[in-house]
Amino acid sequence: MTTMPFDEMEAAYELLATAIDRAGPDAEALFLTRLALLLAHDTGELSRFQNAVEAALAGITEGGAAKP
Amino acid sequence: MRPAGRSTYDSLYFDYPLFAAKRAPEIDGIARRRQVVIVGAGPIGMTAALTLARYGVASVLLDNKETFNDGSRATCIARASMHIFERLGVVKPFIDKALGWRFGRSYYKGRQFFRLDMPHPAHEKYLPMYNLQQQYVEKFLHDAITASPLIDMRWLSECTGIASESGGVRLEIASPEGAYQLDADYVLAADGARSTLRSQLGLRLKGENYEGRYVIADVQMDHDFPTERRALFEPESNPGGTVLIHRQPDNIWRVDYQLRDNERAEEAISEENIRTRVAAILEEIGHTGPWALEWWSIYSANTLLLDDYRQGRVFFIGDSAHIVPIFGVRGLNNGLADAHNLGWKLALVARGEADEGLLDSYSPERRGATLDVFANATKSTRFMTPPTRGWRLARDAALSLSLDHEFPRALANPRQMQPYTYGASELTPYPGRDRAFAGGPVCGAAAPNPRLADGTHLLDHAGDGMTLMIFRQRGLSSEEAALIGALAALDRRLTALIIGGAGADAPAIAIADADGALSASFSACDGAIYLLRPDLHVAGRWANLSSDEILTTAGRCLGVALS
Ligand SMILES: Cc1cc2nc3c(=O)[nH]c(=O)nc-3n(C[C@H](O)[C@H](O)[C@H](O)COP(=O)(O)OP(=O)(O)OC[C@H]3O[C@@H](n4cnc5c(N)ncnc54)[C@H](O)[C@@H]3O)c2cc1C
Repeated sequence: MTTMPFDEMEAAYELLATAIDRAGPDAEALFLTRLALLLAHDTGELSRFQNAVEAALAGITEGGAAKP
Repeated sequence: MRPAGRSTYDSLYFDYPLFAAKRAPEIDGIARRRQVVIVGAGPIGMTAALTLARYGVASVLLDNKETFNDGSRATCIARASMHIFERLGVVKPFIDKALGWRFGRSYYKGRQFFRLDMPHPAHEKYLPMYNLQQQYVEKFLHDAITASPLIDMRWLSECTGIASESGGVRLEIASPEGAYQLDADYVLAADGARSTLRSQLGLRLKGENYEGRYVIADVQMDHDFPTERRALFEPESNPGGTVLIHRQPDNIWRVDYQLRDNERAEEAISEENIRTRVAAILEEIGHTGPWALEWWSIYSANTLLLDDYRQGRVFFIGDSAHIVPIFGVRGLNNGLADAHNLGWKLALVARGEADEGLLDSYSPERRGATLDVFANATKSTRFMTPPTRGWRLARDAALSLSLDHEFPRALANPRQMQPYTYGASELTPYPGRDRAFAGGPVCGAAAPNPRLADGTHLLDHAGDGMTLMIFRQRGLSSEEAALIGALAALDRRLTALIIGGAGADAPAIAIADADGALSASFSACDGAIYLLRPDLHVAGRWANLSSDEILTTAGRCLGVALS
């Protein structure tokens, strides 16, 4: 797996922030879920998606992560 | 603001001098036209006056107050600003008093996730950052002003009007001794964020205001922590908001905390609320001993600037020209660079050595720097105080992932002030010559300041004019010697440094580079040439001698036409 250069990582972060605003509060969960499915499809590898799901859940399930 | 029972200038650690108003000679009808009048003796106006004086140009410096700024305000001085103070011969008290630093820590919900480590090449003379209360900055500059016979400092003197007057500017001044007029060739508006001159001339700052509001509080306490920048995201003591903590001299600590959206500003700044909130933050960082409240204020981020920093014979410098967010410590540092940039150019023009056209480069160069500051500051402001739900979700996701993953951590980098590169300036006519170098400072960049074998630093040897650096192992060619002569004819302040083993004949100075480290920091092969401006930014660099281009570049920077 290649790591993204920081500039691109930052651009992705900014794209995501503005896209959530474009989706609007009522549709943001649907938007984020669709985005995750599209990215899962793009990776073409179930195990990588599983790892990402676990990493994203870590902390949240123990009640430790961000509660926006 | 200060706690109940203490007056504006009743500080726990700083003795405010109260300056008396002088009776201006103009009140008694002794009027003469001044070359330069500077309105506003904040840090920026004072730096401009000292820069002009450095080049032998006299100025009148006016301020409507009777002493320095009432609270600490700016605390962080960047390396580039220390170089400016050094150029002006005033750096020593800053070094003695300020606390230098280069590290920081960011925490999310109490856990450290990011270690800030600002670039500090081991050979550099100054650290990336120094903490010092703004009153000290003003005091040290003012001490130098008092010692200068060229600066006519007038406290309690308010500029109330401005008009064009036959090839000059006429100012209306109100003082306790009476009102008078002051005529000047040039006026520098250094009158701060609420600039009178800006509104008198009908000019407006343009840009954006951000939502996030911060309380800035200075407390005095015995607290054991190194001089580092601490950023607390989602701390227990301020849920939903960010906290910043900086150490300052005299046991003073700066605590900045973000207000929540539903907090009303008027309530937030009541002394009782300040004490409660600060106490919670201090408890969270493990301070259990006593502390005293020194001063506080409220602040929100803006990115605002003038379309043009010049209006005829009036130049805007510092906060009158631009307002930048404090994250990344740019307000003061950006303004100091304005004052120095305009100062050396205006001095050459005022002395009749340079054509007026040299002044045209001021606004594009310094506006470019401010726009660059905005780009960085906007990013750090969005991270510190996310403006919308989308930005907040993305920020919180990045922060929570940062605890266990490396990849998002650098998003928390405050992108502290870096000196701007004047690569697109008309004073940098040959940026394409960068292509012949594998590294080193590009055209327009601030020159590095490596330590030399004898313990001095390279830029200690630079002068107030242009600095030519020729990297040569063996003797200079006759063309190179001729170039030095031609440049010296253009610039009587020229410094020529011959770097390497070649030796030098006066007026050139030989600088040894036995281990080649100096050449390496400039990526300079044998025969390479750098030309530095008076502010020690690279005006041009050439892998091989190109006398015409070098003379053209020097002519642009000095505002002289080549014969
Ligand atoms: C609460 C607060 C906190 C800040 N914190 C930071 C920080 O942490 N980091 C940072 O980098 N920057 C910070 N800043 C910004 C920093 O203080 C300014 O960028 C800096 O002071 C700008 O200097 P200046 O000389 O341009 O303006 P000022 O310091 O505002 O000086 C302008 C001077 O002009 C005088 N004046 C105004 N009008 C007239 C008139 N008509 N006639 C005569 N004199 C006049 C004023 O009395 C004043 O002395 C802060 C600012 C504030 C207000």
